[in-house]
Amino acid sequence: MIFSIAVFAGPQNSAAPLSALRFARAVIAAGHDLTRVFFYHDGVSTANLLNTPPQDEPDVTQEWSEFGQQHQLELLVCVASALRRGILDQTEATRHGKAAANLAAGFEIAGLGQLIDVALNADRLVVFK
Amino acid sequence: MSHLLFIQQTPPHGSIVGQEGLDACLMGSAFADCALLFLGDGIYQISGSQDTQPLGVKDYSVSYGALPDYGVSKLYCRVQDLEARGLSLADLSMPLESLADDAIAQLIEDAAQVLTF
Repeated sequence: MIFSIAVFAGPQNSAAPLSALRFARAVIAAGHDLTRVFFYHDGVSTANLLNTPPQDEPDVTQEWSEFGQQHQLELLVCVASALRRGILDQTEATRHGKAAANLAAGFEIAGLGQLIDVALNADRLVVFK
Repeated sequence: MSHLLFIQQTPPHGSIVGQEGLDACLMGSAFADCALLFLGDGIYQISGSQDTQPLGVKDYSVSYGALPDYGVSKLYCRVQDLEARGLSLADLSMPLESLADDAIAQLIEDAAQVLTF
């Protein structure tokens, strides 16, 4: 079965990104197809490289980053939501004249149309919010 | 008929979730048959008497008026949600159909995917 995952809440104030990660691991472990995860709304904060949780708490950004690269997932971050929340890759930082980029490795900036594509081309879309 | 169902559950302007939900619905209409359902306080998204000027924020709710131009004509709310809030369809900024719970269950059942905001 083809699964897609959407994450609509950020790690600062929600368990959603961590729950989504656990679910993603379970999907792959069960032999299903998972190729794309879309981060929208506050979920884009998951991709903020500068997230610095206390040392005795999980670093959800780093875990997603490593997991995505390990399984060659497309971790898609909505550009409009991301810009609004100060999450930029180098291209966007340059375009908007910002001094720094902070998109964590393994994530990529994408358009909102990709969310629809992700939704339409999955047997199951599971949203964490 | 299979469609993407978008559900708005929060009132407008207090958070950005409704605006981003509307953006997603408008985008979805470019790719698929879309329906939009307002549940609970989400019905206030299209309250007909909104004025955001005192709040100092952009009134994105006018964008709901673009839905017909985007081909989104399946617009619904829940009968009990209107009654509980002392609202009628005439209080809303756009025409939509109020559904009983069994019809809402069917709407969700028929959807290819559901995106809730």
